[in-house]
Amino acid sequence: MAMSHTLKNRLCNLPPGTVVTGKWHGRSYRLLRRLGSGANGVVYLAESGCNRVAVKLSDDYASLASEMNILRRFSKVQGGALGPSLLEADDWRSSLVQETIPFYVMEYIEGENFTTFVRRRGKEWAPVLLVQLLSVLERLHEEGWVFGDLKPDNLIVTGPPPSVRLLDVGGTTLQGRAVKEFTELYDRGYWGLGSRKAEPSYDLFSAAMVMIASCYSGHLEKKGDGRSQLFRIIEADRFLAQYKHVLQKALDGRYAKAADMRRDLLAASSRRLAVKDETKIVSSNRRSGRRAKKRRKVGAIAETVLIAVLLLGAYGFYIYWQLTM
Amino acid sequence: MRKGTLRQILLITDGCSNHGEDPAAMAALAREQGITVNVIGVLDQDTIDENGQREIEAIAAAGGGMSQVVYARQLSQTVQMVTRQAMTQTLQGLVNRELKQIFGSDVSLEDLPPDKRGQVMEVVDELGETAALDVLILIDTSGSMKTKLPTVKEALVDLSLSLNARMGENRFSVFIFPGKRQHAEKMIDWTPRIEELSTIFPKLASGGLTPTGPALREAIAHFDRKRSLRSWIGNGDEPYIEESSL
Repeated sequence: MAMSHTLKNRLCNLPPGTVVTGKWHGRSYRLLRRLGSGANGVVYLAESGCNRVAVKLSDDYASLASEMNILRRFSKVQGGALGPSLLEADDWRSSLVQETIPFYVMEYIEGENFTTFVRRRGKEWAPVLLVQLLSVLERLHEEGWVFGDLKPDNLIVTGPPPSVRLLDVGGTTLQGRAVKEFTELYDRGYWGLGSRKAEPSYDLFSAAMVMIASCYSGHLEKKGDGRSQLFRIIEADRFLAQYKHVLQKALDGRYAKAADMRRDLLAASSRRLAVKDETKIVSSNRRSGRRAKKRRKVGAIAETVLIAVLLLGAYGFYIYWQLTM
Repeated sequence: MRKGTLRQILLITDGCSNHGEDPAAMAALAREQGITVNVIGVLDQDTIDENGQREIEAIAAAGGGMSQVVYARQLSQTVQMVTRQAMTQTLQGLVNRELKQIFGSDVSLEDLPPDKRGQVMEVVDELGETAALDVLILIDTSGSMKTKLPTVKEALVDLSLSLNARMGENRFSVFIFPGKRQHAEKMIDWTPRIEELSTIFPKLASGGLTPTGPALREAIAHFDRKRSLRSWIGNGDEPYIEESSL
């Protein structure tokens, strides 16, 4: 373990320009920069000829082989790829780390992390992206899988137009088994809201948590009763409260299918739009700006009314004075 | 066909043993009997005791398992990860042995072309999901562990959550050391329900020596007692996993 720790460190800090050459197929990849690292590997952006690809290196043959199995299955699913497509698998006899390192090459998906995107473009994007995510999950579930480790870091928003895609398939598990990999904050077991059995409702819990985490500005950590804590967070947040019923139902595991949650989420979003139309609030991308604008507007109206009343009073007084003269 | 059982000892401790045999030797003994020993070192703050760390690594290496040193608050995730990875590692070892038999030479997963490894891993994944698993949890309750016990409890409940989601059968047993009379004391006998755990934690008193080696020896003996009992009811003399089931 200590050995593999230092190896992992070295794998995570390969200098840009390092050339990774496969011993089986002989193709070379020049590493450009690190894209991310997780529990079982590190991903680099790399160049092969004039193509940009993502290369995942790991010291763990077993988990790498499992991931490749899943990526291969995913590429056979009808109607668009579920994850990045697998291009090649090979081993690198490295002089830098003095060991043979297995790796695979996949499509490079350029984009932004889910939370970063929502924070930058506005909360109203969260439900939109979640609706997209639920269609992807629906297809994944229909194929008999559960994504497992669903969290903002494993979701990438590409575009334009912005669309959400799944990354890092390490947690993907056959339905009915125990979820292979998960992250505490997005795991219903951690919150005391269900088992770790791989079933569609497991992913739907995580999907709801993704939305909560990307819209909630505070620090999320379980304290005491997880369920009431999460419910309180939803109710206290003006934006999340609009999706209260959908989120709470998903947290409770009462959605059996992604399609049902998607339908309710769409309904909640359009209800929100309808309410907006009624009150004729000018929509703006910046919510805080809008609120400030609204406050300013109310202030302006009050001011006008006050002046009108004063003028009327003065005029009335003037008339009275004229009449009594 | 009935699948074999994977057997693990999960040792949770925070430091050096100071009484009795070398724990690494006892771990090696366990390994010889088909029991994997995993060790988790729990820290409070940045106090990495080098001797403690070396001992933790040595026990796991001798016991064919994994070791990890963590801060108390990361314990839950680590306990379940270590247990799972150790299971995969054991199964992979068995599959590698099987590969050697098929190909007649020193062939392991690493020597296969990358595209073929996937097929082997499917077998390993399948076995990991369906094989029965016996975990004996051995908890150090010597003085300095006192403040960490609530976290240990949480981590073990979390472990049961992960393991109970598997398709295979699980059994747990809990020992603590030092015991009142012996080096290690049995708190819970083999049971599929680790939830019983919550009932013992309030009763735990911490203090005394840290007889890690002797405690491991007694833990190994507990596996044997169970096995001989099972052979008595006619389910016995199985190796920890049947080669024919591969």
